[in-house]
Amino acid sequence: MTIRKNYDVVVVGSGPGGLAAAIAAKKNGAQDVLVIERDVEPGGILLQCIHNGFGVEIFKQDLPGPSYAQRFINEALEVGVEFLLDSMVLEITRDHRVTIASKRYGIVTIQAKAVVLAMGCRERTRAQVRLPGTRPAGVFTAGTAQRWVNVEGYMPGKNFVILGSGDIGMIMARRLTFEGAKVERVLEVMPYLSGLTRNYVQCLLDYGIELQLMHTVKNIIGKKRVEAIEAVAVDEKWNPIPGTEEVIPCDTLLLSVGLIPENELSRQAGVLIDPVTAGPFVDDTFQTNIPGIFSAGNVVHVYDLVDWVTEAGLTAGKAAARLISGAEPGHSKTIPVRAGENVRYVVPHTLNPDHLAEGDIRVQMRVRAPIEAPVWVEARAGERMLTRKGEPYARPGEMVTLTLKSALLDELKAAEELTIAIVRR
Amino acid sequence: MKTFDVIIVGGGVVGCMTARALSKYSLRVLLIEKEEDIGMGASSANSAIIHAGHDPVPRTLKAEMNRLANPMWDSISEELGIPFKRTGAYVVAIGQDELGCLDPLEERGRVNGIRVECISADDMLKREPLINPGVSGALFTPTAGMVDPFAACLAPLENAVLNGVEVMTDTAFTGFIVEGGKMTGIRTSRGDFGCRWLVNAAGAFSDDIMHLAGDAPEFEIRTRKGEYYILDKSEIQLNNILFPVPTSTSKGILVLGSTHGNVLVGPNSSNESDKENSAVTRDGLEEIWGSAAKLVPSITPRSIIAVFAGLRATGNAPCRNKQVDYGHDFVIEPSSHLQGVIHLAGIESPGLSAAPAIAQRVVELMKDAGEILTDKENWNPIRVPRPRFNHLSRPEQVALVAKDDRYGRIICRCEMITEGEIVAEIHSAVPARTYDAIKRRTWLGTGRCLGSFDMPRVVSILSRELGIPATEVTKKGRGSEFLFRSTKEVEAK
Amino acid sequence: MATIEEKLICVTCPKGCTLMVTREGKTVLSVENGCKRGHEYARQELTDPRRMVASSVKIKGGIHPLMPVYTSAPFPKPRIPELLAVLRKVELQAPVSLDHVVMTDVLGSGIDIKASREMRKI
Repeated sequence: MTIRKNYDVVVVGSGPGGLAAAIAAKKNGAQDVLVIERDVEPGGILLQCIHNGFGVEIFKQDLPGPSYAQRFINEALEVGVEFLLDSMVLEITRDHRVTIASKRYGIVTIQAKAVVLAMGCRERTRAQVRLPGTRPAGVFTAGTAQRWVNVEGYMPGKNFVILGSGDIGMIMARRLTFEGAKVERVLEVMPYLSGLTRNYVQCLLDYGIELQLMHTVKNIIGKKRVEAIEAVAVDEKWNPIPGTEEVIPCDTLLLSVGLIPENELSRQAGVLIDPVTAGPFVDDTFQTNIPGIFSAGNVVHVYDLVDWVTEAGLTAGKAAARLISGAEPGHSKTIPVRAGENVRYVVPHTLNPDHLAEGDIRVQMRVRAPIEAPVWVEARAGERMLTRKGEPYARPGEMVTLTLKSALLDELKAAEELTIAIVRR
Repeated sequence: MKTFDVIIVGGGVVGCMTARALSKYSLRVLLIEKEEDIGMGASSANSAIIHAGHDPVPRTLKAEMNRLANPMWDSISEELGIPFKRTGAYVVAIGQDELGCLDPLEERGRVNGIRVECISADDMLKREPLINPGVSGALFTPTAGMVDPFAACLAPLENAVLNGVEVMTDTAFTGFIVEGGKMTGIRTSRGDFGCRWLVNAAGAFSDDIMHLAGDAPEFEIRTRKGEYYILDKSEIQLNNILFPVPTSTSKGILVLGSTHGNVLVGPNSSNESDKENSAVTRDGLEEIWGSAAKLVPSITPRSIIAVFAGLRATGNAPCRNKQVDYGHDFVIEPSSHLQGVIHLAGIESPGLSAAPAIAQRVVELMKDAGEILTDKENWNPIRVPRPRFNHLSRPEQVALVAKDDRYGRIICRCEMITEGEIVAEIHSAVPARTYDAIKRRTWLGTGRCLGSFDMPRVVSILSRELGIPATEVTKKGRGSEFLFRSTKEVEAK
Repeated sequence: MATIEEKLICVTCPKGCTLMVTREGKTVLSVENGCKRGHEYARQELTDPRRMVASSVKIKGGIHPLMPVYTSAPFPKPRIPELLAVLRKVELQAPVSLDHVVMTDVLGSGIDIKASREMRKI
């Protein structure tokens, strides 16, 4: 393939967010759409998520990650999206110039009319959770282990301790057990599960793997390779409780302690980043503060279901194409969307009420702390309640969605701002 | 049995600088290192500073070596391609009470013959906007600087190899071969070697070699552990070296920029009886943080991306000058029992700074003992550093990739390290054969994701380039393999 | 036969209700908590527990040495170790297309094993 000097839309990342954005851009009038992917094949992180759970909403099927990805890769190819694989974006400028490093094509700079950032997340590291101890081989993030076990075909250990009850950690606990390893323990510093209950049942309970809440790693032991983990109980302030230490012999520590949106390129381009989400400030079309630079998927905030990532990608891609064709007048009147009571963050940060004329707008959020009781998820403009939805509970591990229906068009147009809150019923 | 003129025991900065100094002469030189790579001890886990030399107790060997070596760093860094920036350093007093602590330090600098300037609080704020606004004054030592400490080992050794020195890693000294009261060679874990000279640059274990030579049974090395944080480049940048006012035991916990661009915070100081235990502790981290925030209040623990610890070899040798009351000086002297053995022991701070002068001193000691040293014809002082993609301008990058397309494939995304660089290190004069060895040479895997993206790719490259199965690729030598078996084998073979 | 009371976490929806099940052997007498789907899940879980199983098999000639596969329907939980042992012995040859049936009626369960992705020949 030849790389052109100009593209209508350049998408960074070929995970579910990027694929959906590229498809939507093409279908909404963009002529040349290029997806840049650092791996040798498209699909992003889905390629290593070989477990089921993808597509339940969109396809009404319970698919493994690679299957879900394949459907979109095929569609992208069918509509004429171009892929530049095995290539890393070095820099994006404010005026949409994208510089790429590629073994095959060298260093190339292309000019895009619009850019969609879809770089996904990286994993939180041992340094960021400040794990004391030595630095032997055998301390890995769950995602790195997943890449080895599922894609490259290697087992990075025999006896595992997993820190963090996030979904990736629990999924890996089952995966490793399937392939003949022993998972000794899962430690979680919070008093509640970080991921989905279903994973707790089907990955830990099913295989007799013990989960200890309010526990963490006090020390990593071993010079060349991990030999043991010293686990310890903690109080509500995460302080270790003396006397509760337990040395668990193992050869591997997997860290599943959170995902962080990967926005280095965004930052360098001048995109403003929300310190709470660690992703860009976005409007309801996922456009960032820089006109023509959009973002989609986990790079904006950490999603729980890939189906919503696809939806976000479709929204961003469509908006990018419409911006280019002039169908969308760029930054129009937007109102701020604020995180109210019990809400840690809300995305999008601003919305354009006029967009309700074309369809519903989804507002997504995470609750600060678990509320294991029925709640209302409410959208208010000042004192006035615009809409609300009942939920049986609210947990930080599960994203909460509130749909603003088109019917709210007039009311929202009259509003100065919107506040989203989660309150007990 | 292979025979050399000189065998250097220890591939830390002192051993490597000595190898380079000796490579100038027509001598057959061997450097042995017990670990699987050079510079794995204190030499790569320190504050990365070339000290001005104002601070050691006057008239000690530490003071003398530091003062002699400091000016050498311009030419050495230039010739050997060692990243070095002569930024100067500040000792900062916070609050009125600390202002008085600067005077004795200024005085000491003067006695040591080092340039020291007094800076006002306002001036300090201008030079370093991030400094605590409660600053009351500072001392500036213009001759201090930042260096890449691992490059300070690798570069001279590569130059030494270029000039004929041999290097054997994974080779531990186990004893002297003495015939008729004379040393004729040494025993190692990989066989015996003949030699006339033995340079003991064995760091934390230099006392063992001293004792085996029959010297100074009272000499003992105790290791003091110092823990450090590395902070995210994109969150905080410093172009300065900031010291607090010193305490009785240490120069204090510093906050400083580095040649890699990261801010470094540390070290604390704790006694560590296990000479190889470089574990990071919770208490250490809390201690460091409290102190660092006093100098630079805007520093937040959220910026931490990596943590490490170094073990300093503190000796108990009294200063040779009996008039000086100091009990932890460098030992740079020939053995009193075994002719041909030169001990370089207790080399803690300012060891890195002093290394080029210590190396020179070894040459002088050999000459003093009657060794005739003939200059080697065609000795080449220059070592050309390998290209660092991330440090090149865009046109330079384009040219590099055009020459070798492996430089176009980025493997470490956070630090922008390419496959070309990794392959070059695996096949260089002092080759990288493990993940950590590549990390020390290229700074790969030290960024925000701490290697979680690059690790599988680097393991794959090492496997390919070394022609070994992926299950034999290690993090830091035998026993630290990453992978046990392939996914579908149930038992490891 | 003795009556047993036990707790069961329902996974039909993300709520994860804890069901209180009273049973005699495998006969469910009553289920407290949860909804209709939950009660159905409890009965199924106690008589014939099943899980979707995803794993991988070896493949030669493709870009990677492993091909991810999955069961076409939930598979009997007690036989999962047997299933994994069977899968461990499989070796495919690239190219393999998406949803290619790797094995039909595996272990006589009436359930197929399908390829989770395509893998071309390199």
